[in-house]
Amino acid sequence: MADKIATRESYGKALAEFGAKYENLVVLDADLAAATKTGTFKKAFPDRFFNCGIAENNMIDVAVGLALSGKIPFASSFAMFAAGRSFEQVRNSIGYAHTNVKIGATHAGITVGEDGATHQCNEDIALMRTIPGMTILNPADDTEARLAVEAAIKMDGPCYLRFGRMAVPVLFGADYRFEIGKGVKLAEGTDVSLIATGIEVEQALAARELLAAEGISASVVNIHTIKPLDEALVVAEAQKTGCVVTCEEHSIIGGLGGAVAECLSEKCPVPVLRIGVQDVFGRSGPAKELVSYFGLDAAAIAAKAKAAVALKK
Amino acid sequence: MDKQRKTELAEIARRVRVGIIEAVYSAQSGHPGGSLSIADVLTYLYFEEMNVDPAKQDDPNRDRFVLSKGHCAPGLYSVLAQRGYIPVEDLKTFRKTTSYLQGHPDRKHTPGVEMTSGSLGQGVSVAAGMALAAKIDNADRRVYAILGDGESEEGQVWEAAMFAGHYHLDNLCFILDLNGLQIDGSLDQVMDPRPHDEKFRAFGWNVITVNAHDFDELEAAFKAARACKGKPTIIIQNSVKGKGVSFMENDCGWHGKAPNTEQYEIAMKDLGER
Repeated sequence: MADKIATRESYGKALAEFGAKYENLVVLDADLAAATKTGTFKKAFPDRFFNCGIAENNMIDVAVGLALSGKIPFASSFAMFAAGRSFEQVRNSIGYAHTNVKIGATHAGITVGEDGATHQCNEDIALMRTIPGMTILNPADDTEARLAVEAAIKMDGPCYLRFGRMAVPVLFGADYRFEIGKGVKLAEGTDVSLIATGIEVEQALAARELLAAEGISASVVNIHTIKPLDEALVVAEAQKTGCVVTCEEHSIIGGLGGAVAECLSEKCPVPVLRIGVQDVFGRSGPAKELVSYFGLDAAAIAAKAKAAVALKK
Repeated sequence: MDKQRKTELAEIARRVRVGIIEAVYSAQSGHPGGSLSIADVLTYLYFEEMNVDPAKQDDPNRDRFVLSKGHCAPGLYSVLAQRGYIPVEDLKTFRKTTSYLQGHPDRKHTPGVEMTSGSLGQGVSVAAGMALAAKIDNADRRVYAILGDGESEEGQVWEAAMFAGHYHLDNLCFILDLNGLQIDGSLDQVMDPRPHDEKFRAFGWNVITVNAHDFDELEAAFKAARACKGKPTIIIQNSVKGKGVSFMENDCGWHGKAPNTEQYEIAMKDLGER
C-alpha cells in the first residue's frame, strides 16, 4: 500500500482544500493548530481561521454563533476536550439547538501514544452517540477522512468527526465511494463478520488473512458512520455469517460495539464479541505498541473471531 | 428621549411585566424575579435599539439578541409578544407539555428566539460568535446578550470576555443584569463575582453602568456602546429583582416561584391591570 498518513493530517489537508470551494467554511482551534493540523487551513485562509486559546467551551459556543450566522464552522481540539470537557456545550448548544457545527476531534483513542491516559479519549463515541441528531464519522484512512470532511460540509446539522494521531496506511483509492450512514463491505466471508471502524479497519483486514490461513472465512465491513448506524448492513451480515466481532479504538462500552450489539439484540440476535479498550484507562507508550498492548491488533481480532465462531454452536 | 416616547416605552414595559406574570401564573412555575428586572431593557432593545422586524425574521442583516440567562424566558417571550412575533395569548401556554414556549428558550420552535439557552454561560459565547461572523462578513449588524449576575460566576463567561476583547468585537454588547440576588441568596452570601467593571475592563471592554429602570440612562448607554470602536461594550445595569411587583421586589424567594391566585391578583393590581 501507499505511504502512511495520520487522519489528522488528512483533516488539515482537506480543510485547506475545501476552503477554496466552500467560502463559508471557517475553522476554530484551541491552541492546538499545530497538532490538530488546522494550521494547514490557517496558512491557506488566515482570515477564516480563529484561535480561541485554551478555552474549549467558549470555542464550541462561538462556533454555534458562527453557524447561526451562515458560516460552516469546524471547531477543532483533541477528542478529550471537544467531546469530554465540552460535552454539555455540544449537547445543549449544538445538539439540542440543532446548529450546523462540525466538531473536528483529533487525537482520539489510545494511539495518542506517549502523552498517556489524560489525553487518550476512549469515551467520545459513547458520549456523542447519546445526543439526538448527532452524526458521528470515524474515517479509516486518508481517502476516507477527506471524503468525510466534504460530506460533513455538505450535510446540514451537527457532526462529530474523529481523527487519529498515528500514521496509518492509505486503504482506499480514488474511486472509493463515501456516503454518510452507509457502511462499506470490504471483503466477503461466510463464518464470521468483522465490523470495524477507524484505524481498526486495517487490523480487521489483516485479521481476515490470519483467519483464512486457519480455514476460517471472515467478511470485513467498514462502518465509517457510527451514527446513524447502517443497521441494514449490520443485520445482513449477522444473518449471513451468524456471528460478529466489532473492532474499534474506543472503549468497548458505548461505541461501535455497543451500537452493533444494541441493533442485533433487537433485530437479529447472534453472538457479538467486542474488540476495543476494555473498561480501563489508557497509558503511555509508542502508539503501535499500545495497539497490541490493549488487544486491538490483528492477532487479537483473529482470536476473538474464533471465539465468536465457537459461540455459534 | 422625549417625554411622550418615554411614556410609550413605560407602557410597553408594563405590558411586558403583565405578560411575565400571566405566563408564570398559568404555568405555576418559572422565573418571575429576573424576568421582571430585565423587562425595561428588553423593551428598550426591541422597541428602540435593535434593527429587528417580525415581518423579516430571516433578514441576514438583522441585529441578534441572545438571552444568556435563559431562565428569564418569560421576559423574552413577553417582549416578543408585544413586538408581534408571537400572540400575547400564547403566553398562557408557557411550560405546558404541548406548547412551543418551553421553560427555557428553544430557537427551533419559537419565532424571534435566535438561540436556545438555559445552561448558563453559553449564550454569551454564542453571541460572541455571531459578532465575529458579522465582522467576517463586514456587515454592520450588532449583537446583544443579557447575562445574569449569578451567571457571571460561570467560568465560560470570562472565556467569552477574553475572546471578545481579544478580537475587538465592537459590534457586541452585553447587558449584565446586576440585581444582586441568585437562587440561594444574595451574591455576597453565595459567591460574589463583583466587581464586574474592573474585570471586564481588564479584558479590554468598554464598561458603562446604568440604572436598569431609567430609559434615559439606557438610551445614553446604548448610544455610547454604538459609538465605541475597537472594544466590546458591557452595560452593567443595576436592577431590582422582581421590579414592579411589590412583594417580589428584592426577594430571592421569587427567583423561580409562581404566585398563587391571591398573589396574582396583587401583582396585577401593582401592574395597573386591576
